[in-house]
Amino acid sequence: MTLTQHDIDAEIAAEHAAYEKRVAEGAPVEHHPRRDYAPYRSSVLRHPKQPPIAIDVTKDPELVELSSPAFGERDITEIDNDLTRQHTGEPVGERITVSGRLLDREGRPVRGQLVEIWQANSAGRYAHQREQHDAPLDPNFTGVGRTLSDDDGFYRFTTVQPGPYPWRNHVNAWRPAHIHFSVFGSAFTQRLVTQMYFPNDPLFPYDPILQSVTDDAARQRLIATYDHSLSVPEFSLGYHWDIVLDGPNATWIEEGR
Amino acid sequence: MTKIDTSTPERVPPTPSHTVGPFYGYALPFRGGEDIAPAGHPDTVTVHGYVYDGEGNPLPDALVELWGPDTEGNVPTADGSMRRDPASGGFLGRNGVEFTGFGRIQTDANGHWYARTLRPGARGPSAPYVSVCLFARGLLVHLFTRIYLPGDAAALAADPLLARVPAARRDTLIAADEGQGTYRFDIRLQGEGETVFLEFQ
Ligand SMILES: [Fe+3]
Repeated sequence: MTLTQHDIDAEIAAEHAAYEKRVAEGAPVEHHPRRDYAPYRSSVLRHPKQPPIAIDVTKDPELVELSSPAFGERDITEIDNDLTRQHTGEPVGERITVSGRLLDREGRPVRGQLVEIWQANSAGRYAHQREQHDAPLDPNFTGVGRTLSDDDGFYRFTTVQPGPYPWRNHVNAWRPAHIHFSVFGSAFTQRLVTQMYFPNDPLFPYDPILQSVTDDAARQRLIATYDHSLSVPEFSLGYHWDIVLDGPNATWIEEGR
Repeated sequence: MTKIDTSTPERVPPTPSHTVGPFYGYALPFRGGEDIAPAGHPDTVTVHGYVYDGEGNPLPDALVELWGPDTEGNVPTADGSMRRDPASGGFLGRNGVEFTGFGRIQTDANGHWYARTLRPGARGPSAPYVSVCLFARGLLVHLFTRIYLPGDAAALAADPLLARVPAARRDTLIAADEGQGTYRFDIRLQGEGETVFLEFQ
């Protein structure tokens, strides 16, 4: 049976309604997707059916997961956060500056941690061998960036606006334009991989990956804000996107805030 | 809502997780990601296995991250897991001297992964273990688990987490000894023999 956008829309609506009903009946707000989210077909065989075992980190400050790997100047090069300068020529597309702060749940900056990004080029094509979307590769754009958050938790990338691209979840499935982010916190428990979207993308309602975040407010937190003060004159348009790491951490040092 | 207000004392809501997708392979894996132990260290162990889905098929696109202490149970503080070459922009590999404790390995086309790391030392009341964070296409939120090594039955019996895992599932957290410092640790995402996954609160 061919799965249409109409089928997926109905499933997305049903999942959303079920979530709203749970919350109305007193269930907690869900900030993250459920791993079992059928409209995203690849999740069906890849989510555990047993509940996870909860570990209360306050009971053992020695837990390995309460610390995090260290990354330093050796792990990045000076131009890693400028994806437009990694080849001999200029990549095609609209240049953008993406910046924001890496924070924990208490709103404190997460300092000196690794922020990695990857994305499609302006035509919506990844520089990945298995990517078969019939859009041009750009010899001047790979789409990989890295940086360390600074003392105030800020990160900053220069890149090009990624294009939307089709995928095989269902017939006529298109991903809204996005940048993949991978970030570390001060504890391994805070590890996060996610995606940043751009404001007002008409593809939002059709995308089961974005809609897997069933909470309306949580979903908004994945969308960057256009920020004119970040735009660089004669060069790029600016987007602001703060990242808040979930998960407990043990560093209750009250410095800098 | 993407500029977070940090002026009030209230806890701020987190950024939702998303899947790593299928195309991270040219971005996240790095040269030497699986060679965590310093070169030639006598306490090096090899840990390897497959990642399986709910139908028992191996995942060729899973990403395994490992994080563990040194042989004395100390948490590493050295950076340099993904040392870079400022001339070419490529990876230099680790320096073979320092232990960063962090590894990152993508499963191969057969769904297999391996890593060489130091035999972890114990910390606090726990039996020695290496922490695992697993990502994959189709996995909307990463999964945490732990690799405990077999051998010290008393330490495993006293481990606070293992004590809470139903006996029938406990073995999913304990690697199998294959001899010569090699241990097998398969991860089953769903179904029979499903690996025990953890949630930190
Ligand atoms: Fe993508």
